[in-house]
Amino acid sequence: MVTQTSVGRHEALPTGSGKAVPTKSRKPLLRRIGDNRTLLLMCLPALAFFIVFSYAPLPGAWIAFTNFNYRDGIFGSPFVGFRNFEFLIKSGQLWLLTKNTILYNVAFIILGNILQIALAIMLNEIRSKYFKKISQAVMFLPYFISVVLIGVIAFNLLNYDTGALNALIQQTGGDPIKIYSIAGAWPIIIIICHLWQSTGYGSIVYFAAIMGIDNSLFEAAAIDGASAWQRIRYVILPSLKPTFIILLLFSLGGIMKGNFGLFWNLVGNNAALFQTTDIIETSVYRMIISQNNFTSSTAVGLYQSLFGFALVMLCNWIVRRINEDYALF
Amino acid sequence: MRYVVAAKAPRKVRLGRSDYALRGISYVTVTAFAAFCALPFVLILSASFSSESAIMRDGFGLLPKEFTFAAYEYIFRAPRQIIGSYVVTIVMTVAGTAIGLFIIAMTGYALQRKDFPFRNSISFFIYFTTLFSAGLAPTYIWVARYLELRGSYLAVFLQLLMTPWLIILMKNFVRSVPYEIIESGKVDGAGDFRIFLQLVLPMMKPALATCGLFLALGYWNEWYLSSLYLGSTVEFKPLQYHLYNIINTANALRNSVAGSNVSITELPSNTLKMASAVVATGPIVLLYPFVQRYFVSGITVGAVKG
Repeated sequence: MVTQTSVGRHEALPTGSGKAVPTKSRKPLLRRIGDNRTLLLMCLPALAFFIVFSYAPLPGAWIAFTNFNYRDGIFGSPFVGFRNFEFLIKSGQLWLLTKNTILYNVAFIILGNILQIALAIMLNEIRSKYFKKISQAVMFLPYFISVVLIGVIAFNLLNYDTGALNALIQQTGGDPIKIYSIAGAWPIIIIICHLWQSTGYGSIVYFAAIMGIDNSLFEAAAIDGASAWQRIRYVILPSLKPTFIILLLFSLGGIMKGNFGLFWNLVGNNAALFQTTDIIETSVYRMIISQNNFTSSTAVGLYQSLFGFALVMLCNWIVRRINEDYALF
Repeated sequence: MRYVVAAKAPRKVRLGRSDYALRGISYVTVTAFAAFCALPFVLILSASFSSESAIMRDGFGLLPKEFTFAAYEYIFRAPRQIIGSYVVTIVMTVAGTAIGLFIIAMTGYALQRKDFPFRNSISFFIYFTTLFSAGLAPTYIWVARYLELRGSYLAVFLQLLMTPWLIILMKNFVRSVPYEIIESGKVDGAGDFRIFLQLVLPMMKPALATCGLFLALGYWNEWYLSSLYLGSTVEFKPLQYHLYNIINTANALRNSVAGSNVSITELPSNTLKMASAVVATGPIVLLYPFVQRYFVSGITVGAVKG
């Protein structure tokens, strides 16, 4: 099954190009619908779901160009052109959100991949079955629990009065720190929490890739007298390169999307930290929940969607050029 | 999923010094990282069994201080809120997983049928939703205002039924069912739906378990849609959203123990928060060892992460 993974991963993705359409599709459309009515009916609930919850809201993006109010509705509200975007750009907010979102993702991608690869290599060295099983179980656990609990954990560790960190500082004779008002500390805290949450889970892909390496490569290396480091450098790392590049490009495609739940549960409405912690998703959510500001939030969301769409297209084009099999479409 | 944990076939070559060094480093590092992952859970657990005064004096620590069940007694003295939240979450999780799983399996099966001429266009129609979306605000207005689902559990329940990723994952799993099975059903005169229900579905147990796990986790850990669409309109909030409120607002903390005659200053608020976290998380962690392997198969068979 391991050897199937590399196959499975790219074949899992739908191809829009329609290369594989059977040639018998010469029949008229109505006839084809009639012939396949059962299979079409089986797809119907899912189609209805995506029409209702993903496609139907699309026209609502028009709100970004209006001065929206509930009474006049989406298309009745006054049209203001690009004024909502102008405001977001002039206030510097769009730039701050873009910068924060991208910088956090770059840090997550670089550090995340390094840790995941290192962890996968080390897991592969472990021979004791039970040790491996138990340590893996513990390392996946953070991904399994709700992000709300991560907020509780951060509170437990970091709060001023009773936090474990401040308790430790006081025991060693230091003065407690008001971490929840130091904006500069939060990028580090958020990165650590993200890595805590996702490294164990993310290492599965690399671990599976290592398990899929042909054993004869390892044997040949051993016969040539390769040391453990040489084995990693010349056998394992080169074998992981394709997996790494594909995952990297996909995560670059998603660089405008943030880990909303984590950010919100760690920072929430704490305005003192926004300069270093506000990302697109948290800002949009806050505009809706606490300000009822639908115009700016739609504008930011539309900007994110368009920018993200362009990035996915670009990254997919690059993946295609490297290896057509891995491309999304 | 033995393949992930099973050791490689023993190599006949002798190990050098560097191999032992790497192995030693690996054991130490993996142990350290596992401890790093487990530590916060220990902190929460021990805090929930500590006395409030000890926490106020010494702060949170690794071992319970002045061991007590006080915080749990507070929660279960008036268990109406927590039981209500449990019921809401359990009903949503069970019903949502069952319905969602059935729809996902059906769709995955149809889209994998090589003789289904619409499979590429429908796949793309579903996949496109991950590439471009209206964003949160238009979706919110659409669901809350036009579908009139604000304040309704349906807003949460329906939106969690499926994701494009789970359909792709299922489609990928269905591929392992041999086409001959489907053909044999056709020869016997069974309709497409019957082939799915009686021949394919029973062969897809691992796939159903994996997708079911991800669906169930989505429902169990849900707080986000609840915060948008339910807010304070419902008496019983889904469990994680209930916890979210306890952590973030003093009022919710007081209401959670139901006795409005208890003043907020008397409440063991720190330990109560931790005990609530334990109560809200408990069952899923207990279930975890049994379902962990489906997690692994999900990501190895699945498409892109997330």
